Amino acid sequence: MPAAIEFRSVSFTTRQGRLLLDHVSMALEEGTVTAILGRSGSGKTTLLRTVNRMVEPTDGQVLIDGRDAQQGDLIALRRGMGYVIQETGLFPHFTVERNVALVLEAEGRPRPERLQRSHDLLTTVGLEPATFATRHPHQLSGGQRQRVGLARALAADPPILLMDEPFGALDPLTRAEMQDMLKELLSRLKKTVLLVTHDLDEALYLGDRIVLLSDGRLVASMTPEEFMQSKQPEIVGYVGAFHRGERSAENGRRAAKGGRA
Amino acid sequence: MNARFFSQYGSQIATLSLEHLWLTGAAMLFATMIAVPAGIWLTRAPGWAKPVIGAANVLQTIPSLAMFGFLLPLPWLGERAARIAIVALTAYALLPILRNTYAGIRGIDPAIVEVARALGLTDMQRLFKVELPLAASFVLAGLRTATVTCVGIATIAAAVGAGGLGELIFRGVASVDNRLVLAGALPAALLALVADAGLGLLERWFKVSA
Repeated sequence: MPAAIEFRSVSFTTRQGRLLLDHVSMALEEGTVTAILGRSGSGKTTLLRTVNRMVEPTDGQVLIDGRDAQQGDLIALRRGMGYVIQETGLFPHFTVERNVALVLEAEGRPRPERLQRSHDLLTTVGLEPATFATRHPHQLSGGQRQRVGLARALAADPPILLMDEPFGALDPLTRAEMQDMLKELLSRLKKTVLLVTHDLDEALYLGDRIVLLSDGRLVASMTPEEFMQSKQPEIVGYVGAFHRGERSAENGRRAAKGGRA
Repeated sequence: MNARFFSQYGSQIATLSLEHLWLTGAAMLFATMIAVPAGIWLTRAPGWAKPVIGAANVLQTIPSLAMFGFLLPLPWLGERAARIAIVALTAYALLPILRNTYAGIRGIDPAIVEVARALGLTDMQRLFKVELPLAASFVLAGLRTATVTCVGIATIAAAVGAGGLGELIFRGVASVDNRLVLAGALPAALLALVADAGLGLLERWFKVSA
């Protein structure tokens, strides 16, 4: 069985000559979650965007189910993939229910079907349709908007979900809630997910596989356990930098205790 | 202005007002038909934005009396004064509509346009379902500016015999009759105000809360 998504020596150079992806090769198995980590500018988002051809690789190939993504119909390719981004990109002039079902509307499906699907999906992501379906995006909180964004990505029941720092703009509590919801949802729906994040904990919690990019190169692709035990310098550096915040918190607690004694 | 004045000029004021409305309305229709598609095209080919908007800007700076004069000797146009008036007014209306259509679409949150593309909307679907509705209040604001300007400039069209309320104004000036000047100027001002208020309402109707 071919991989759900396969990158074959994918490179991308900007018109200004900056190399953003440097011969990235990897295969994602169907129904798994791959979390892409890396510092800002490491090429995470660019790699994700080569999958739905928002970015066309300047070299190499992206294969979807064994077929070259660049060969087929662009619109059909994109409709077969859910897309969630940090800024949600909800359409401010549409109600929540219309936002969710827009892909179905674009496909010309009848209205009753669209509404039904939209309401089912709102329930799935934990929003009561009776309350939320007819609201507009500006009447929602950040977390609610992100839920609508997720529901919209699922509308056409695509086998692939592309998520670019979906919870990056949320407060820690809402983010944790959303991560739980997503994990539960994915365990039922079995989507192939590509998740770009800069949150190591999120990657470890949601990912079946952790990928680390550095300057456009793939430096690691392994299970969360292997990733945490790796002695590879890039990985040790990344994990160390991430946990510095936790160490500061620990020091703070210790200092507070010392102060009381 | 008394009852006698109105019984003498009332029907003329009405006819000329209608003529005025027709000149402006026709020009706005043509200008919209040209400038909105052109504005959309510029968002697809932004390299052209500067020269094209610059050209519309230059049109705008031609003094209106001179513009009517330039058009007078042209073959088909010169035959009918109303044609000249409509072409000139259309030229003046282009810039605000063009600029606002372009700026309105370019000003949409890039995340929204990005998602519209990534969800697999076709170019036409993206334009009609997302971009135009979100830019509508901008386009209408441009239309409003253009209309108010054109209602004013249309009074000068009487200089080339195109009719409209300017005729009363020119006659009033020639015969030093302020009543006639006002009989042309007041309805023209009223038309401008009504157009401004009406389009303003429409603009607010299309405004999208973010």
